Amino acid sequence: MIPIETIGQVAEHYDIAVVGAGPAGLAAAARAAELGLSVLLADENPAPGGQIYRAITTTPVTPRAVLGEDYWKGGALVDRLRPTNAAYAPGCTVWSVAPDEAGGFELGLSLGGQARLIAAGQVILATGAQERPFPIPGWTLPGVMTAGAAQIALKASGLVPSGRTVIAGCGPLLYLLAGQLAAAGANIVAVLDTTPRRNWLAAIAAFPDFLRSPYLAKGLKLMAAARGKLPFKTGVTALAAQGAGKVTGVTVTRGGATETIPCDALLLHQGVIPGINLANAAGCAQHFDTVQHCWTPTVDEWFASSIPGIAIAGDGAGIGGAESAALRGEIAALDAARRLGRLSEAERNEKAAPTQAELARSLRGRRFLDLLYRPAPQFLAPPADETIVCRCEEVTAGQIRDTARRLGVTGPNQMKAFLRCGMGPCQGRLCGPTVVELIAQERGVSAEETGYYRLRPPVKPVTLAELAALPPTDAAVKAVVR
Amino acid sequence: MFRPMHEAKPAEALGFTFDGRALTARAGDTVAAALLANGIQACRQTPVSGADRGPYCMMGVCFDCLVVIDGVGNRQGCLVPLREGMRIETQAGRRHPDGAQS
Amino acid sequence: MTISALSSEADIVVVGGGVVGGAMALGLARGGARVTVLDEGDVAFRASRGNFALVWVQSKGLGMPDYAMWSRRSAEQWHELAAVLHEDTGIDVAHSQPGGFMLCLSEAELEQRRQTMQRLHNQMSLSDFPYEILDHDETKRRLPDIGKDVVGSVYSPLDGHVNSLKLFRALRDASARRGVDYRPNCTVDSITSDAGGFRLKGAFGEIAAGKVVLAAGLGNARLAPMVGLDASVKPSKGQIIVTEKTDAFLHNPMVTIRQTDEGGIMIGDSQEDRGFDTVVGQPILSVMAERAVRMFPRLAGLNVVRSWSALRVMSPDGFPIYDQSLSHPGAFVVTCHSGVTLAANHVLTLAPAILSGGLPDTLDAFSARRFHVPAHA
Repeated sequence: MIPIETIGQVAEHYDIAVVGAGPAGLAAAARAAELGLSVLLADENPAPGGQIYRAITTTPVTPRAVLGEDYWKGGALVDRLRPTNAAYAPGCTVWSVAPDEAGGFELGLSLGGQARLIAAGQVILATGAQERPFPIPGWTLPGVMTAGAAQIALKASGLVPSGRTVIAGCGPLLYLLAGQLAAAGANIVAVLDTTPRRNWLAAIAAFPDFLRSPYLAKGLKLMAAARGKLPFKTGVTALAAQGAGKVTGVTVTRGGATETIPCDALLLHQGVIPGINLANAAGCAQHFDTVQHCWTPTVDEWFASSIPGIAIAGDGAGIGGAESAALRGEIAALDAARRLGRLSEAERNEKAAPTQAELARSLRGRRFLDLLYRPAPQFLAPPADETIVCRCEEVTAGQIRDTARRLGVTGPNQMKAFLRCGMGPCQGRLCGPTVVELIAQERGVSAEETGYYRLRPPVKPVTLAELAALPPTDAAVKAVVR
Repeated sequence: MFRPMHEAKPAEALGFTFDGRALTARAGDTVAAALLANGIQACRQTPVSGADRGPYCMMGVCFDCLVVIDGVGNRQGCLVPLREGMRIETQAGRRHPDGAQS
Repeated sequence: MTISALSSEADIVVVGGGVVGGAMALGLARGGARVTVLDEGDVAFRASRGNFALVWVQSKGLGMPDYAMWSRRSAEQWHELAAVLHEDTGIDVAHSQPGGFMLCLSEAELEQRRQTMQRLHNQMSLSDFPYEILDHDETKRRLPDIGKDVVGSVYSPLDGHVNSLKLFRALRDASARRGVDYRPNCTVDSITSDAGGFRLKGAFGEIAAGKVVLAAGLGNARLAPMVGLDASVKPSKGQIIVTEKTDAFLHNPMVTIRQTDEGGIMIGDSQEDRGFDTVVGQPILSVMAERAVRMFPRLAGLNVVRSWSALRVMSPDGFPIYDQSLSHPGAFVVTCHSGVTLAANHVLTLAPAILSGGLPDTLDAFSARRFHVPAHA
């Protein structure tokens, strides 16, 4: 592994550029490098692992049991990359990807406050997932964070919430986190489960597959451990964070009764969704996956996107979990190698076959989880008008509904122009899904029909000075100075 | 607010300031983690309404952990590794000219 | 609630729901007309989403003095439009007319501007069109934050700007309050004459109207011939950079830089003929950023929050086309690439004129007939 510490050390061209050093990116980079291709692995964090294996090489957490055995598997992925010639650039953002004149791609990088444009023959986006937005009244109060944030604080810094902690939401990661935090000594005063009771009916058809899946044993263990030890409240239908200047309690409604639980930290989680901004800005087609209920880049069985030469591996192309992410990264790398002429189609197929079989096994049972843990409508499209939907521009659910209803706005791009939602630095990551839900609900149409924000580069912060220092072209100067 | 878990591996302590207060945190922490570990929940006021905000996602997605670091504003604290002697300040509203006190 | 096939009647149908169509609809509704607006969907070319929000006068009208006067009139009337919108909707569109600058980064640029302004003002007896050519020192006196590379500027007190997104919303809101029937996802496929009026058809169904106002931007090129008009507009691609919100320091707009009332800095602009391509090109962003940082060095550290590109609606000579059909009486076309500047005229002058029977002679210069003047032998 060739460590890259300054932007000047990045080469002008790589056969394959991999964006994101989580399981998919690590596996893809290692595979491609093992095949003799020149590889750049760029990641914005200071150490590899992405989010699921966050701080795998640096975590201060002991003993091992706190984080669970699955976490430590991430180490093997980093170990595999180490002996290769892949260039690894931590602390490096990729803010744009676009086809270049030579049949490859131009990537905009930023490292140490300096931007640079480089070329790559093929691109594998492995930017992973993010938490699904969980807009409830008061969710912007200091002290309200995502479950993932608490996990990162734990893994990377050995921190646990001090004071009374409430965890709320649904999904397997909720139980995982509850177990991890409890094992690390956090004072969890309540776990509020928002899994809609009616989901069990919807999920039952997928149950047989779940029984044959790796999730079952793991999941049952997690659930048992969590529910055994922790104060669970299920069937939660409404939540609101209370406090002025910081969270001091959470109001819960279940079974028609409402109570307020005092707390010092509120951790929210209702699943993860693909992080789609870079793929969207690069022009990759996306669709709304109705099973996972999220916007997803459209890829084929080799994880090729709609743009030939850009592949999307891992949770960024559909939620499958850490193990499947690594397998997808491998497969995407094999196909990229084939596109570069390094492997024939037959060679690619042969090498990929066992990985593809393993991938299919690793995904078995996902559908059950997806259906069971689909959030209830009121947590996707907040009913309380005062709920902030766009955190950056502080646009509320009531404003969005009113604009959709009274002013005839039918899609998120028009909504953005009318209300500024999506115009902040997060570029819609935390409001896009909610804005679409609200419009769809108001108009009585599907999310797919409503559409999503159209994004453009830069998808990560870059300063005017950084852009100004990039080499100009004559055509560009002519287009501007006139 | 956060605190170190009891069994965490020890590490070098780094000194830094937040709004002029001298604090310490663990080498390897991000700026956001360092603030949380010191009981600081709010690190900015929004430019739209002045509301208090603090880190929400800790992974560079939410942009709520914005702080001024060594005079440069609107830096995502969760993506910046803490360094000895860093001068960190509340991001009070809009981005102010670099070097100015907020 | 599904939207069923549309079949209804209106006094006037406005085709196009952008800033031009929106202004026309509001003006017509204020005059008492029953108005329906047919608009496209969420993803459409929508030049209105890609504007720089200038209410600009100083450099307009080289080649058509009437355009200079039309722009100036609109800038004056803009105060009234802002008041109307505020009264109707409670929305303050943050209009101001503090005077605008065109900054020059070389002597050649400044000289070119100086000559352009001279030619512009020589082509007519333009009185009361004040402007000044300023050197570096005088520019710096008025704009303390300019960089040393700014050799000079052209200033006019007639120029201003507005929050164009709020304008857009206010037009729609005010129209809604006045009963304008706004129909999205209603692309018009054909317009035919019918019993003294018009029938507009599309996938949405059909609608009958006494009069039709085509304000469909680039779509006008296709629609105008259906009613005996000509609007040969073509796309002109432009790109914009927007930064994070920063302390208010720039109250005057520049041609290529302005600070919004919310605090973000907008930086433009570029011009390319690339057909209907709206991909954001990296090199242009870099050139615009480089010039902006030389104009105002304090912008250097600001983070770019987004960029976009849009297609201006460009007539063959760049000037508006206002026309009424002779073969299809009651059909009008309204198209321009300065829909924000001209919004006041559109609401307060053009719409009432259409309601009262037709375009005034004073707007003859804007007819598309000017493109049909035969060439000399």
